[in-house]
Amino acid sequence: MSNKPSQLQKGDPTTTGHEWDGIQEFNNPLPRWWLWTFYACIAWGIGYTIAYPAWPGISAATPGLLGYSSRAEVAEEIAAVETRNAPVNERLEGVELASVGDDAELYSYAVSSGAAVFRTWCAQCHGSGAGGVQASGYPNLLDDDWLWGGDIDAIHQTIAYGIRNEEYDDARYSAMPAYGDMFTAEEISQVVNFVQTLSGGTANDPAQVEAGSVLYADNCAACHGEAGEGDITQGAPNLADAIWLYGGDYAALTYTVTNARFGIMPGWQDRLSEAEIRAVALYVHQLGGGQ
Amino acid sequence: MSDSAQPQQSLYAAREPIFPRRVSGKFRNLKWIVMAVTLGIYYVTPWIRWDRGPELPDQAVLLDLAHRRFYFFWIEIWPHEFYFVAGLLIMAGLGLFLFTSALGRVWCGYACPQTVWTDLYILVERWIEGDRNARLRLHRQTGWDLRKARLRITKWTLWLLIGLATGGAWVFYFADAPTLLRDLVTLQAHPIAYTTMAILTGTTFLFGGFAREQICIYACPWPRIQAAMMDEDTITVGYRAWRGEPHKHSEEVKAGAEMGDCIDCMACVNVCPMGIDIRDGQQLECITCALCIDACDDVMAKIGKPRGLIDYLALSDEEAEREHRTPKSVWRHILRPRTILYTVLWSLVGIGLVFALFIRAPFDITVAPLRNPTHVVMSDGSIRNTYDVRIRNKYGEDGTFRIVASGHPAMIVDLEGVDGKTVTIAPQEMKLQRVYVTVPAGTGPALAERTDFRFWIEDVNSTAREHKDTSFFGQGN
Repeated sequence: MSNKPSQLQKGDPTTTGHEWDGIQEFNNPLPRWWLWTFYACIAWGIGYTIAYPAWPGISAATPGLLGYSSRAEVAEEIAAVETRNAPVNERLEGVELASVGDDAELYSYAVSSGAAVFRTWCAQCHGSGAGGVQASGYPNLLDDDWLWGGDIDAIHQTIAYGIRNEEYDDARYSAMPAYGDMFTAEEISQVVNFVQTLSGGTANDPAQVEAGSVLYADNCAACHGEAGEGDITQGAPNLADAIWLYGGDYAALTYTVTNARFGIMPGWQDRLSEAEIRAVALYVHQLGGGQ
Repeated sequence: MSDSAQPQQSLYAAREPIFPRRVSGKFRNLKWIVMAVTLGIYYVTPWIRWDRGPELPDQAVLLDLAHRRFYFFWIEIWPHEFYFVAGLLIMAGLGLFLFTSALGRVWCGYACPQTVWTDLYILVERWIEGDRNARLRLHRQTGWDLRKARLRITKWTLWLLIGLATGGAWVFYFADAPTLLRDLVTLQAHPIAYTTMAILTGTTFLFGGFAREQICIYACPWPRIQAAMMDEDTITVGYRAWRGEPHKHSEEVKAGAEMGDCIDCMACVNVCPMGIDIRDGQQLECITCALCIDACDDVMAKIGKPRGLIDYLALSDEEAEREHRTPKSVWRHILRPRTILYTVLWSLVGIGLVFALFIRAPFDITVAPLRNPTHVVMSDGSIRNTYDVRIRNKYGEDGTFRIVASGHPAMIVDLEGVDGKTVTIAPQEMKLQRVYVTVPAGTGPALAERTDFRFWIEDVNSTAREHKDTSFFGQGN
């Protein structure tokens, strides 16, 4: 490398001595303020690592003199939100459920916070879109068919105490007998063929429908009704509509009649606050099927 | 350490203060005019009123961050229309490219806030402390006496007041100016307003009073990019070395050569706010403020030589000028493929924005089908799909909108929580309305996998309507 600044004039800065193809590199000094800013940043950086959590240790990082922690900050923010929401939650707990809709602000709050509760606690079975899971008998909450009633108070009752659980005495309860112990396979087939026609469908074997209707009237109509209209006071499903909790084809109905179903929902009375239960009830009520 | 013979030099250097001398001439006058116009626009704009009705602010230009609106005279920009701002920024960028490739760093030299405010600060400095020589003497005076203290404190106070006015005017763009002024004076304005003013006062004071050319040289990226925008046809400030050299004090003249037009009077160097010598050729520091042209023209007139030893010129003309041929005309320098391309691009973006502005509806909608689940079977066997329809009412009054599904006669529209098919939305509000579309069992859309249809949202009070296309999912899905 050449070190011959031939082009330079008096007063020009020196070069670094680097040269490539005749291009030389000046050794310009930095502006003084620039250097000071640089040093100030280093000093600031050192101070920062002392003041804030910084250096990683075996189990935790150095805590920092200011005692800052992002977890504590989140906890504080959550507490602040809860404090801010306390009055509106109190209002929600104090009014008639059916009249919440008259207060637009309260209703909008309840539906939004109910959506959050639903996604946290209910979506595991009912699905995040509340469409349910037919294969497992988790009901679809979007349609207009309700096993235990679809007005706001009935929904609230169901959420608070659940269905067929052993936790709450107030839980909704009913049990269909398993007809596999009482009927022959042919009798079950006859009943299933009749039930298929209740909702306007066609039976697998029309010849068995008449015999099935007799069996139905004697064994099933007490709960499901003469015309299969169901009974929400005991959670007996409507057999005359297009909606089937576990499926409406021949195989699914045969399984249901033979073994009975015994769907369980936990109660939320002791796990969620009353405001949360009311909020999620209002949320479910406005999903499309509320009565 | 290096064993070379080079002297050890410091790693850092203190700023060499620059004391630009007063100059007058046509470019200086042009700069005064530009300064008056740009500062005028800056200070006056927030005070222009514009009537938009009782619900909306009556400030012509307002960045309403709290309500997320940008008002610009008759135009109102919502956050989702931010592409207007992006488009304007692209136009600003292309405009800078165009001007730089045609006329060099005219933005830097005339219109950049750093230049305008520094010019203003230098004006104040000269007014208080005198012209270049007086300021140099004051700078070199080591001790502080009463006179120096008085001059310095007066100057800094005036600078601070200008800085305060700068920051003060800035905040008026973000709130109703008369109200904010009253709040500011009575100490009732929001702390953010005071903090913003304090920061801008401080930066104006430091950048205009002390950092000055350092901002252009070290902090601003634009000078580095501009080199790529300029070529030999760019009209820029330059020194006609073929005419000026050899200058009066050069080795050649001492050796007996005939002297060029440059008498080495240093007028061009003394007026330069960047502290450079334009005779060294094109350099990064030069902001093409053209003050050296005024200074040199003045000297040329005095010594009876033609003006323009330092002038706006295109580097490609040098050869022709040396041979005393007529150089290319200014327009032939300016009109060349790259400037034409920049102009075309700039115009296309501009036309696109104007077009977008005119087709904007007084309300707008989005439709999001809820596909979890894809469809719901109702107890009577009918099939229902659910849609989240968001309607943004941009009117200054209540808006009532009818929601219609068109695509199949069997489709029935229901609105969650609303009786009827219309929804009323408060002025300037957006509403999310869940909409159900139901078709009876056995009809086409109920059985099909998918039926495309169109939502029409009609303004009940006018003929305005908007549509969005979406699909209905049936049992075949």
